[in-house]
Amino acid sequence: MNSALVLIGFAALVALLLGIAARRGKKMGMEQWAVGGRGFGWIFVFLLLAGEIYTTFTFLGASGFAYGLGAPAYYIIAYGTLAYIIAYFMLPPIWRYARDHALHSQPDFFIRKYNSQALGALVSLVDLIALIPYLVLQLTGLGIIVVAAGYGAVSKDVAVWIGAAIVTVYVMVSGIHGSAWTSVVKDILILVVVLFLGIYLPVTLYGGIGPMFEKIDAAKPGFLVFAASGQSVAWFVSTVLLTAVGFFMWPHSFVACYTAKDERVFRRNAIVLPIYQLVLLFVFFVGFAAVLQVPGLKGADTNLALFKLVTQQFSPAVVGIIGAAGVFTALVPGSLITMTAAMLLAKNVAGLVRPNATDAQHVGLAKLLVPVVMLVAVYFTLTGSATIVAMLLLGYSFVTQLFPAVIASLTPRNPATAVGVFAGILVGVAVTAILTFTKTTVGSLFPELPEVVRDLNVGIIALVANVVVMVGVSAVTRSGVEAARA
Amino acid sequence: MRLIHWLALVPFVGMLAGPIVHNDLHPLILGMPFPLGWVTVWVVLTAIIMAIVYMLDPANRDDAP
Repeated sequence: MNSALVLIGFAALVALLLGIAARRGKKMGMEQWAVGGRGFGWIFVFLLLAGEIYTTFTFLGASGFAYGLGAPAYYIIAYGTLAYIIAYFMLPPIWRYARDHALHSQPDFFIRKYNSQALGALVSLVDLIALIPYLVLQLTGLGIIVVAAGYGAVSKDVAVWIGAAIVTVYVMVSGIHGSAWTSVVKDILILVVVLFLGIYLPVTLYGGIGPMFEKIDAAKPGFLVFAASGQSVAWFVSTVLLTAVGFFMWPHSFVACYTAKDERVFRRNAIVLPIYQLVLLFVFFVGFAAVLQVPGLKGADTNLALFKLVTQQFSPAVVGIIGAAGVFTALVPGSLITMTAAMLLAKNVAGLVRPNATDAQHVGLAKLLVPVVMLVAVYFTLTGSATIVAMLLLGYSFVTQLFPAVIASLTPRNPATAVGVFAGILVGVAVTAILTFTKTTVGSLFPELPEVVRDLNVGIIALVANVVVMVGVSAVTRSGVEAARA
Repeated sequence: MRLIHWLALVPFVGMLAGPIVHNDLHPLILGMPFPLGWVTVWVVLTAIIMAIVYMLDPANRDDAP
């Protein structure tokens, strides 16, 4: 057993105990378990929303993205920042509505707004297709981190099982309180680790941030600016806008909003969260520092860039602390995702066959479904199915398709009907899936258009199709309803 | 939309305009490639702008409903 592994094991133990202790003094009924009694102040809401930014995907993926692709990674900093501006306006009315109607999940919101159980079922399905791969990603990341930071002393499978067990236990016991308290430790750890690495590595290896970028540019010309075609500036702008509107459509982020004690929490966070986004900058610096130090990583291996560099540069004790931070970035978002998935399965899917179930029955079932959700995720993680990787790419685009219906429902006279929204989401999701699986780009569809248009993020096509269908079908069904009334 | 809310559109334009107008390594901003440095500066400006919006938005006054 090496010292790094001891530290990682200790971190896992802390997460478990803290997650369980979070229950203290709370009766874990539906309101406390799922939405923290709607009593979280801005710091907890901040941490739950920030949990979305600092997942294993950020820790491994953002550094790997910068390492492997260079400039396109910049979009990650931009979109989150703009998403918080949208949140300033969008989240308060969502929160008010959720409080007034005692909502506990994202499908709940659609069911109430559009008065349609069928729409709730569709949204649940879209949510689950997006959430499960996201959970698998966290577990996969956990496995990578424990193997890399533990110098291979513990196998990936063992790490995944232990991590899954910890999350399962504390989510069943403490619900969203467990996620909130463990995220305190996670964010402190990650902040210290990332700032340290992001400054220390460029300075010691290159003599500073500026010299580092100059050297990378000399070795790989064009790597640090946007390409003339493909992932060009047009791609950057369209991707930032598309992902910014999708940001709060993730079902677990949506539910995290329900936990706030008042609506000012969101407006205040629109000031603080952008600053927090800057931490990502230092993750990028680590990825860029790795470019000339550990060259040659390709494809999925680029995710190892951070740990390759770290194990090369530091003693096992330091690697252990970094590994411990990494483990937290997997466990905390993993717990929020698991809880959200279990909740919507219990209330919105099982609720279809037992419409008269009480809140106590819903939450009882949700707790029992936590291990089920986790087992499914562990299965996909350990089998490493290729389909799951493809589904993951779809996840973000899928939840983005919920945006038009949410916005429409917040307007004073909602122009969309349940049927219209149902059709819009279905078309948006179908178009996304087809475009993704056939690797279609705007350029391949319309080769005669100028470069600027050809490089637009293809997700825009799905979103436009969604809105057109939603508006069209809504207009038809609304006049139908009005004709029937007349 | 209140007048002050329109201020929140500024970061969208500001942040995305930089790389459109100038997609080049130099001049470095705080040691970073220009597009990355530009985005970084706008992240900070966004926080400042949203703080101004927050302070001037009547919805956040203590006597607001």
